[in-house]
Amino acid sequence: MNIDLSRRGFLKLAGAGVAATSLGAMGFGEAEAAEQAHVRAFKLASTTETRNICTYCSVACGIIMYSKGDLKAGEKAELIHIEGDADHPTNRGTLCPKGSALKDFVRSETRATKPRYRAPGASDWQDISWDEAFDKIARAIKDDRDANFIEKNAEGQTVNRWTTAGFLAASGSTNETAWATYKVVRSLGIVGFDNQARV
Amino acid sequence: MTNAWTDIKNTDLVIVMGGNAAEAHPCGFKWVTEAKATRGARLIVVDPRFTRTASVADYYAPIRPGTDIAFLMGVIRWCIENDKVQWDYVRHYTNAAFLVKEGYGWSEGLFNGYDADKRAYDMSDWEYQIGDDGFALVDPTLQDPRCVWNLLKAHVDVYTPEFVERVTGTPRDRFLHICEAIGECSAPDKVMTSMYALGWTQHAKGAQNIRGMAMLQLILGNIGMRGGGVNALRGHSNIQGLTDLGLMSNLIPGYLSIPRDSEVDFKTYMSTKGNAPLRPGQTSYWQNYRKFMVSFQKAMWGDAATAGNDWAYHYLPKLDVPTYDILRMFDMMARGEVNLYFCQGFNPMLSFPNRAKVTRALSRLKLLVVMDPLQTETAAFWQDHGIYNDVDPASIQTEVIELPTTCFAEDEGATINSGRWLQWHWAGATPPGQARPDTWIMGNLFQRLRELYRTEGGVFPDPIVNLSWDYKDPHEPSAEELAKEMNGRALADLYDPKDPGKLLVPAGAQLSGFGLLRDDGTTMSGCWIFTGSWTQDGNMMARRDNSDPGDAGTFPNWSFSWPANRRILYNRASADLSGKPWDPDRKLIEWDGQQWTGYDVPDIAVTARPEEVMPFIMTNEGTGRLFVRKLMVDGPFPTHMEPFESPVANPLNPKLLGNPAARIFEEDLKQLGTSDAFPFVATSYRLTEHFHFWTKHNRINAALQPEFFVEISEELAAEKGIARGGRVRVWSNRGEVWAKAVVTKRIRPLTCDGKTVHIVGIPLHWGFTGAARKGFGPNSLTPFVGDANIQTPEFKAFLVNIEPAEGEAVS
Ligand code: SF4
Repeated sequence: MNIDLSRRGFLKLAGAGVAATSLGAMGFGEAEAAEQAHVRAFKLASTTETRNICTYCSVACGIIMYSKGDLKAGEKAELIHIEGDADHPTNRGTLCPKGSALKDFVRSETRATKPRYRAPGASDWQDISWDEAFDKIARAIKDDRDANFIEKNAEGQTVNRWTTAGFLAASGSTNETAWATYKVVRSLGIVGFDNQARV
Repeated sequence: MTNAWTDIKNTDLVIVMGGNAAEAHPCGFKWVTEAKATRGARLIVVDPRFTRTASVADYYAPIRPGTDIAFLMGVIRWCIENDKVQWDYVRHYTNAAFLVKEGYGWSEGLFNGYDADKRAYDMSDWEYQIGDDGFALVDPTLQDPRCVWNLLKAHVDVYTPEFVERVTGTPRDRFLHICEAIGECSAPDKVMTSMYALGWTQHAKGAQNIRGMAMLQLILGNIGMRGGGVNALRGHSNIQGLTDLGLMSNLIPGYLSIPRDSEVDFKTYMSTKGNAPLRPGQTSYWQNYRKFMVSFQKAMWGDAATAGNDWAYHYLPKLDVPTYDILRMFDMMARGEVNLYFCQGFNPMLSFPNRAKVTRALSRLKLLVVMDPLQTETAAFWQDHGIYNDVDPASIQTEVIELPTTCFAEDEGATINSGRWLQWHWAGATPPGQARPDTWIMGNLFQRLRELYRTEGGVFPDPIVNLSWDYKDPHEPSAEELAKEMNGRALADLYDPKDPGKLLVPAGAQLSGFGLLRDDGTTMSGCWIFTGSWTQDGNMMARRDNSDPGDAGTFPNWSFSWPANRRILYNRASADLSGKPWDPDRKLIEWDGQQWTGYDVPDIAVTARPEEVMPFIMTNEGTGRLFVRKLMVDGPFPTHMEPFESPVANPLNPKLLGNPAARIFEEDLKQLGTSDAFPFVATSYRLTEHFHFWTKHNRINAALQPEFFVEISEELAAEKGIARGGRVRVWSNRGEVWAKAVVTKRIRPLTCDGKTVHIVGIPLHWGFTGAARKGFGPNSLTPFVGDANIQTPEFKAFLVNIEPAEGEAVS
């Protein structure tokens, strides 16, 4: 069964316990009380825990993410640690060299953080707003689809396909993202549609 | 995977061939370690390199890249010759007894009906003889020369141990030792599992490699068993889900297919599905195809899909070719026939073959849109990075828009593991900067587009304006709304067809299983195999009960496994004809006289009588297929084919080029190299410290494996004067890379057809963005050709040359 004790509570207890026993055992007497007052709350004890699944391979190890701030409560949440989920039947708490460094991926310096635009022939990016980006893309889709959509083939059969546009979907994304994507892409008549499963 | 990661603990023998699980799937591989430690299971590895999996194996054999079929057919021949066959299983649960048409035949490496100009077969004779009753003819005694078993025996006859050694380079004694270990698993209480990955798929005959193993597992009686099966170790965290959901040129969610041009209406489309049983009383579950299809159309287009308009059949695009797969699309793109392209979390610059062609193709687009959590090479394909991306930005006219997306830590939803478990996860971090979820991006884009079509009109706006999109916030459908839609719900009150007074499901309720789906428009479901994942009882994918009844390794109440929460596919075959488990210690389900019960959801109707209904309910035969009829374009049995670029000619027929039924475009055919100019066989692979092209963006992983290298044998290094740690240039007929040389004993030269064959190993994790040093990948070198059936590119066997290059040796 799952570990019942809240991990946060457990860590609080464990943290205090370590401080008390080790100092006490060494017989520092009054120093013990003073030192205990200094023991900072264990780093993870004040965090929010979230269950997730490793984003890399299809072993799909269970993970626990520790964040400062509670996303569900509408707060800004900063990820500070990720570890294996001991309750998970597949990985039972362990992670491989990839999974162990997951936090580095989330906080990578080369994450994409703002929409960017590259003009024809340009050698640099420029910033663009989400609104501008959407307007540009929607316009390009509509114009190209209207110009190149094939309603009937040479034999007069209804084919309703659009071959001058293509879409690659991501097998690192959720089913839910995939389904929303599927609906939009197919409704446009796109047939050049694939994901990493092809490769 | 037919089975699950946790099931591997039940096995007696693990054969890792076409994969490197210890390195690429480390935490799943621990279940191999568990089986070794607790059951005394053995691990055998067959691989061109002595991999990290090999280093912990009980037995290892080298093999030349691209010759797995010869090896597997050799094993099958050995098993038949030495009577290592699970006979009861083969007789009843496979199509061994089915009689094949007289016209079918094989000689000189080719099946009957080959047309060299078309590079295609006329497959009409690859079928059963059909009797007057409309069913296939069978000979249960296996005496008839036209029965599948006898055709198989004849087919594998050429694969003697001598032939296997000559083709694969695997020393004969090693091959025979492995045959013996595998043969032991023909006993009903001994089970082998196969773990494979891209080492088998990335060949021009990849699907036939896997068929070879599936056939062997049927002959050994290991499909449906605990600890058995054919287990594809999938790559990305949700590559299973994206496949299940059909985000592929020719697919509709749940393995339904996009129509062809010739299927001019819904009736014609349905008539080509051919799902009638081929033997009396068999399930042939695809007979329900229409229900899944109509429910899908209702999920897509709601009230706009009606019986009157063929359920909006023409809202779907039709295909004039088998697929507009990535190779075809990039070939079209390179010829200027594609204007707009979207990459959502996909980096084709590093993952598609012949990078020079990929760059040329992207340069001809009008607009490229990249949505990704990372800054990818694809988004920056127009940037000059010296030798690492040698382009002139000024000459590239493509407009590029890069949109930042969230990653797993910042979004919610389900991903499907290799064992088909749909596991829900929750968001726990605020996205960086302006990054937004893909659902928000698709929602916003779709709202804009729909508005344009509503206000301006345009070509065939119907499927766009009528797309079902009734989400609370149309700009950002929630994960819950989308998941419920995939599961499906009743659109009207559903009554029991056998008892019309009995209400099964009220209108609006979530469905609990795909057995409830209807073909009259009263149900909707985006993906029928997911039905049961979000029911009236809530989100089954979020279940976290990790108890394991009977210690069977099934964990039935942890998340949800498709289909129907079944953990081991074909589990009916784990019991004998009368319904008793072949091995009482490996019980999964059994017949209790009235119904099937056990540790897993039965893969058969619960009251289907054991002697009547055969276990393979998805096939028309009710059995597994040793002979696959005309369901694969390159043959009903696997036959040895050389890679498109090979150091030796095909001994079955030296005139054959690669897979004779694989498509190759004119330009790419011309770019194939030959062994006189490119004498060495190269193969691509992954490292445990990296995941594709993602982790080079992480400081830790970039520090663990900072630099691109290639791996060669000491013999090849000596022959070419390459120093340990020295810089080398590796080139093919399509491109060149520079790398550090890792000179190793892990790769040894092989002898094939009397020739020494050297192998060059090329890992795939470097590019020109991220935290690691800039480098290259194998795709700068690989040929632009794919598997005959599914077009997966041939990354695992191609030809290169190698020489020392300027630069300092660092060891
Ligand atoms: S931790 Fe390693 S083994 Fe587990 S899912 Fe992630 S990449 Fe795969």
